[in-house]
Amino acid sequence: MCTGIVETMEVSGSGKGPNGWFKLERVNVSYDHPSDAPLEHALNIDFVNQKESPSARVAVELSPESARKLVNTILTALSQANLSR
Amino acid sequence: MHPYTTDMYEGMLAETIMLPGHNGEIINAYYARPLGPGPFPGVVLIHHMPGWDELYREFTRKFAHHGYLAISPNIYFRFGHGSPDDMSAKVRGSGGVPDVSVVGDIDASARYLKSLPLSNRKVGVFGTCSGGRQAFLGACRTKSFDAAVNCWGGNVVQPKEKLTPAQPVAPIDYTKDLSCPLLGLFGEEDKNPTPESVHQLEEELKKYGKNYEFHMYPGAGHGFFYYPSVSYRPEAAVDGWKKMFTFFEKNLETSGRGR
Repeated sequence: MCTGIVETMEVSGSGKGPNGWFKLERVNVSYDHPSDAPLEHALNIDFVNQKESPSARVAVELSPESARKLVNTILTALSQANLSR
Repeated sequence: MHPYTTDMYEGMLAETIMLPGHNGEIINAYYARPLGPGPFPGVVLIHHMPGWDELYREFTRKFAHHGYLAISPNIYFRFGHGSPDDMSAKVRGSGGVPDVSVVGDIDASARYLKSLPLSNRKVGVFGTCSGGRQAFLGACRTKSFDAAVNCWGGNVVQPKEKLTPAQPVAPIDYTKDLSCPLLGLFGEEDKNPTPESVHQLEEELKKYGKNYEFHMYPGAGHGFFYYPSVSYRPEAAVDGWKKMFTFFEKNLETSGRGR
């Protein structure tokens, strides 16, 4: 890895991958080279289940600006639902 | 450079093979070679962080086209199998590929090439991105290589707080053990390695009297060979490939190549 910037956390929920819905266990958040986004580095989010195959993955690659907006948007949506804690 | 003329016969074999890697564990690799009796020099290609992908197959065939036995081991083999981007994500989420297994796999790949009857017994190592770092590391930790090319390898200079169980020692700390000539290609706008960290590595190479040649390209950042990406810089890439083939020709080739 070139930046080596990776943060991981456990999550609960479901994700939809190439083979349909699967149970999510973990999310890996990195700032590193994207596979597809036209950026030198991107904020990459991989929702995964490590007990399944490597394709059990929901991936997004965002520009840093988009990633910050996403964080704020999630918090805004949660606050409207009174679920901020 | 490739002595190509339009009247010559040219052929190549390119395929996936299995070979014993680190600790004798079987891994797969992409192998390409020119047709002909040789003897040919060899090159081990270490794929970049985005994975053992189509680009590295192209690079491997490019070396075969230029008259090299070329092998690109799948250094992510032990993490399982899937699309290159899924495997890259899995390795990244698992803390990265351990330096020890990478060094073992590329050392084994060099020994494989040297064992072939087509080989001239000289082997270089080439890597880009994380592979550039690992090429430098392999040239320091083994005596298997006759030349090494580090293309924009980040984290060669690695502060203590960035060391991990998979990468426990900063490669720059092994500089005194560098066992072959080193070519480094870097972009002035790269953030990892920065021009400052490239300079730091250069100072260490000078300190130990190592044979090295560094080129810093203005207007280029990280990954300027990667034509499918926004980081591609054609002028730097064309010049970089030329410098690399000149460097390998000088350090790997012997007379009487049979192609």
